[in-house]
Amino acid sequence: MTIDFNMTEKAVLDGVRVLDLSRVWSGPMAVRMLADMGAEVILIDAPQARVTTPEYLQMVKQFRAAGRHYPYFPDGDPGDEPWNRQGSYNDFNRNKLGITLNLAVEEGRELFKRLVKVSDVVVENFTPRVMKNFGLDYTVLKEINPAIIMISLPGYGMNGPYRDYPAYGTTLEQHAGFSSVMGYPDSGPYRTQSTYVDPVASVNATSAVMLALLYRRHTGKGQYIDLAQVEAGVTLLGEVILDYSMNGRVPQRLGNRHTFMAPHGCYRCRGDDVWVTIAVGTDEEWHAFCDAMGNPLWTEETKFADQLGRWHHQDELDRLVQAWTVLHGHYEVMHILQAAGVAAGAVLNAKELLADPQLKERAYFIEQDSPSVGKRPYPGFPVKLSRTPPVYRRPAPRVDEHTDFVFGGLLGLTKEEIADLMERRIIGNRPPVTQA
Amino acid sequence: MNDTVLSGIRVLDISEGISGPYCGKMLASFGAEVIKIEKPSVGDVSRTPGPFPGDVPHPEKSGLFLYLNTGKKSITLNLHNAKGAGIFREIVRSADVLVENFPPGVMQSAGLDYSTLSDINSRLVMTSITAFGQTGPYHNYKAVTIIEYALSGHQYINGEPTREPLQGAGPQPEYQGGLHGFMATLMALYSREDTGLGQWLDVSIQECLAGFHQFTITRYTYGGLIKQRNGNRYESDHPISIYPCKDGYVAVSASARPQQEQLYTLIGMPELIQDPRFLTPQDRIDNADAFDELLVPWLKQRTKEELFHTLSEWRIPCAPVADPRDLLSDPHFKAREFWAQIEHPEAGSLTHPGPPFRMSETPWQVARAPLLGEHNEEIYSGRLGYSRENLAGLREQGVI
Repeated sequence: MTIDFNMTEKAVLDGVRVLDLSRVWSGPMAVRMLADMGAEVILIDAPQARVTTPEYLQMVKQFRAAGRHYPYFPDGDPGDEPWNRQGSYNDFNRNKLGITLNLAVEEGRELFKRLVKVSDVVVENFTPRVMKNFGLDYTVLKEINPAIIMISLPGYGMNGPYRDYPAYGTTLEQHAGFSSVMGYPDSGPYRTQSTYVDPVASVNATSAVMLALLYRRHTGKGQYIDLAQVEAGVTLLGEVILDYSMNGRVPQRLGNRHTFMAPHGCYRCRGDDVWVTIAVGTDEEWHAFCDAMGNPLWTEETKFADQLGRWHHQDELDRLVQAWTVLHGHYEVMHILQAAGVAAGAVLNAKELLADPQLKERAYFIEQDSPSVGKRPYPGFPVKLSRTPPVYRRPAPRVDEHTDFVFGGLLGLTKEEIADLMERRIIGNRPPVTQA
Repeated sequence: MNDTVLSGIRVLDISEGISGPYCGKMLASFGAEVIKIEKPSVGDVSRTPGPFPGDVPHPEKSGLFLYLNTGKKSITLNLHNAKGAGIFREIVRSADVLVENFPPGVMQSAGLDYSTLSDINSRLVMTSITAFGQTGPYHNYKAVTIIEYALSGHQYINGEPTREPLQGAGPQPEYQGGLHGFMATLMALYSREDTGLGQWLDVSIQECLAGFHQFTITRYTYGGLIKQRNGNRYESDHPISIYPCKDGYVAVSASARPQQEQLYTLIGMPELIQDPRFLTPQDRIDNADAFDELLVPWLKQRTKEELFHTLSEWRIPCAPVADPRDLLSDPHFKAREFWAQIEHPEAGSLTHPGPPFRMSETPWQVARAPLLGEHNEEIYSGRLGYSRENLAGLREQGVI
């Protein structure tokens, strides 16, 4: 049972084994960060299991037929094994080992328990009743392995009146308060197109597991972590909550404006849907900004002479600024202004991000080659650590790629036993249709 | 503070504003002793913007400062003065973590760069949080929140397709710099258990955010599609959006067929299940406006509270668009005892957000933010052995 782990480089979490039951984004991304630090992660059941349903594949076909090809597969083509080819699956599951395991049957659950015995961390993001219904909640797992660390990251947490309500990234950021402060000054609330609460939960979850691993290292004790995604969201709105607590104030939506800086906004540049953001605070920055634009006459008007004046005449100011930016490219405006000491940033789209000189020079995107999807770039680990850099040992696995390693190598099952489990579809070479 | 996971870890937090202080706050919340080092007499820049009780500015009452510095001790020290830097190097000897967020080069010009400090204390973890990182063509570029949103790909995808791209909900980029700094600091502390050595962590806010938008990158690298602004809608099905209701707004997120059929039934239009306009995701996207015309009048007769519970009970994902007032009265947060009421000698008793996650053995702890220089005597006299006269002298020279 040998396997090439490309383990020449030491990593922070070498020797830590994680069972990843999580789905979609928040959990998988949290676990990916542990895997990038060297943890041996066993991904159970492929989070994107729903790609196996006939309805899903039908939908992909319809999107392609409508000419809006559904872009989650290489060139829109799901192929014969869509569960191995989905973009987000491959993005969020690098460095992990893949097995499938049917937890809906007793024998599958027994195998899971045997894995818990030899593991350090269990991660799941189901609604609270799922692990309990499986008979696999923390009280059960800690009997099997008292040192186990388990983290659950459901939308609303493990208790409280909304515990069992369905919750998605597309509802939680609204409930957490983000949307109420996001929007144009003349509009209703907006959600982010990034479903912001998901990755917020990820970074908190990874941190929580690191804390628990540190504690276990000193005491030998495991523990349970309950991360309500909605709460993790609210913690990033501290000053908004305190303002309400102090003054009973419900914040206004400011659009791209600022409470005291002006000009401060997002301005059209030359080209189609090309934009730049600019922020001018002090008088010094204002003068530098005027110089950089070549001191057009309007900049001398007295109403723009001080910060308060500029702030009070923002509508007019924004029009005048845009009359200048629209003559230039977004990077061009950014470089001209930054050279003058004024904060400015090109509004980058996905394609531009991948080519951005700063991200490039710092090797932010890494390239991985996989038999299922070929060679592609992916975001790397988000922080640079000087002594213990992340390790990129393997691309995302095929969903069943490590069946022999896990069931044979770790649990000591024979080839015949594995074949028998496969035959009875307790394990398999494709994920079972969604069970939760 | 009870003995807990980071007990015995000493953190020097010389950062200002949001990113570094949030990192320090998180470390303090799990038991580290965090000594915040502030500029003499003015302190952290977050003491100025507020919000203030009654909108009356006061350096001890800024909500931003009070939130981001819970559980810390405050001493004052001028790092940009030879004597101050000397004292700092002395304190660094016994520190485990240093958190800073100055622009690249500033620590070096104060003689406090990582290589100097690691010579003094090889176990030191130095967490440096900046807009673009310590290297690369933009490393000296200026940035505030909206610049980070732009250069990390978030601005472009948010807002209406027909309008200017929209920034996010306040200073999230800075918060993310702090949160990622916290996560990486824990990794470095864990690694130190094996190696006995600290390291330098280079946190670029641009990089924290550049992979932080759902599927935007893979959509391009797999399908060649550049994600566009889509207002409040979602590009793979409908209805996944924000809608007006009787007393505000709600999020409705019916992204699977059973949820949509439930919704059609709930609003009294079960015939929509068979309606050719809404059969497939592509149909539903193409006819989103037509569907919204049917849905919105029904929503507008009901409150967000009512809609949240009804739709949730029907297993249709839904949430109120909550503002701070809604959040503070929400029974769920109350039942989970989420909010922390923190008494502060100058600012009074204020409600803070509680723990981002609950740990069964090593729970989050909270204590109020310090007054400027509140712990000068404890640290300088009690720990470093300076006499009263020494301290008075340093004060006169503007060192503390």
